[in-house]
Amino acid sequence: MDQLLNDFSPGLFFMQAFIFLILLLLLAKFAWKPIIQSLKIREESIQDALDSAEKAKEEMAQLKADNEKLLDEARQQRDAILQDAREVANGIREEAKNDATKQTDKMIADAKTAIEVEKQAAMAEVRTLVAELSLQVAEKLLKRKLDDEGAQKELISDFIKDVKLN
Amino acid sequence: MPKKLTSLLSILTLFFFSNLAFASESSEGEQTHGGAVDTQEEITAYIKHHLQDSHDFTLFTLGESGKHIGFPLPVILWDDGLHVFMSSKFHHGTTVAESKGNHYAIYHGKIYRTNAEGELNFDEHHHPTNVRPLDISITKNVVGMLFAGFLLIYLFGSLAKSYTKKSIPTGVGRVLEPLVIYVRDEMARPNIGDKYYERYMPFLLTAFFYIWILNLLGLTPLGFNVTGNIAVTVCLALFTFIIVQFSGKKDYWKHIFWMPGVPIPMKIILMPIEILGMLTKPFALLIRLFANITAGHFVVMSLIALSITMKATFGPVAATGMSLALALFITVIELLVAFLQAYIFTMLSALFIGMAVEEHDHH
Repeated sequence: MDQLLNDFSPGLFFMQAFIFLILLLLLAKFAWKPIIQSLKIREESIQDALDSAEKAKEEMAQLKADNEKLLDEARQQRDAILQDAREVANGIREEAKNDATKQTDKMIADAKTAIEVEKQAAMAEVRTLVAELSLQVAEKLLKRKLDDEGAQKELISDFIKDVKLN
Repeated sequence: MPKKLTSLLSILTLFFFSNLAFASESSEGEQTHGGAVDTQEEITAYIKHHLQDSHDFTLFTLGESGKHIGFPLPVILWDDGLHVFMSSKFHHGTTVAESKGNHYAIYHGKIYRTNAEGELNFDEHHHPTNVRPLDISITKNVVGMLFAGFLLIYLFGSLAKSYTKKSIPTGVGRVLEPLVIYVRDEMARPNIGDKYYERYMPFLLTAFFYIWILNLLGLTPLGFNVTGNIAVTVCLALFTFIIVQFSGKKDYWKHIFWMPGVPIPMKIILMPIEILGMLTKPFALLIRLFANITAGHFVVMSLIALSITMKATFGPVAATGMSLALALFITVIELLVAFLQAYIFTMLSALFIGMAVEEHDHH
């Protein structure tokens, strides 16, 4: 201890205090403050970058989910539209079918009517023809009355046969 | 930059090996004035001399002629006026230096005022009773401090400047930056707390790098022993002590003078203990640093001296080989100790500051 105290140099102590104090002040101003500040700024910027990356990732996920939803909606809409279209098409087809049936029926009915009319007309003509023939037969009979009874009968039967054939 | 660094490293390595070579061959200077260092007493004196501060920057001494290779340093004395002269005036302690009518002589590394013949009067403990003027010379240790200071300013100034260009430093700054972050995140922040740590960063960083560089400088063959000098460690510990006392919060003083939560007689007993504790903390700091570095230098030099002391027993080759191997081994450990002591000093300073600024909410 005596040796230690004897070795203690007040001058060196003074110089050390002086140099260390100056060094402390100089380094604090020109080195430590800017270094600590830069480190802080850098760490903050790294943190910010990480945070914003995280945020971007979240936004991305959100966007993807939104897209998915939109796509789903679109798909549903498409399905609905297709369904509607199918229904409409079916309706149209059904209607067309109905229309066609109706038309055919009408045409058939028309044709039947026409046939009926034609038949009536033909019948009327036949009746007129038969009447005329009957008159002609009657005329011939009247002409032949004088000649032969037998021939008269034969003629009548011939006529009747003809009528039947008609 | 990396090129510069490697060249610096190679120079340091060169110094390191040349140190071993010099030390095992060179001989004592000031006290024995030439001649080879052969006996155990001479070796002890040589080591003791090295551990002390010196007014000359002696690199080595030529064995037979006793010629010192080195350069003188300025001597600055305050003795009723400023006395400035070069230490070469002392001729390595052999002559009396005259300045402005006063005469000074060096005895065991200290300057005393003497008469023109350089007579010293001794007391019964063999201590000179002559007047010791305030010696603020640029001694070898002061040169070391200045060197460390300029190195710190250069290194960290350039690191600070590099941030203005890029946010990531290049070259040597890439090594220094993690160390700065280490001091901040491992010493300051956990011990002082997030609220106050920033205020103490300049002191902690300066102390850490200053001590570390000076410790490393002590391992070079230039023969500095700055952090192994009691005046230096006292000063550094005093800085910590003052900072701790000035940052002491209400809780800190309360714990010293009126410990809360114990009965009154205990409070009175605890008061002197706590006051003593206040002083022992920096005392432990200064003794730890001083003792570790001094012991390191002592061990390395003693191991180098093995080549001389063991020569008679093992022969010159075996003795030198053994001394080299052991000295190398211990020097590598000293590299670790250099960092460790800087770390411990800074860590404990941060811890003491942390104790002073701590606020106890549980009371």
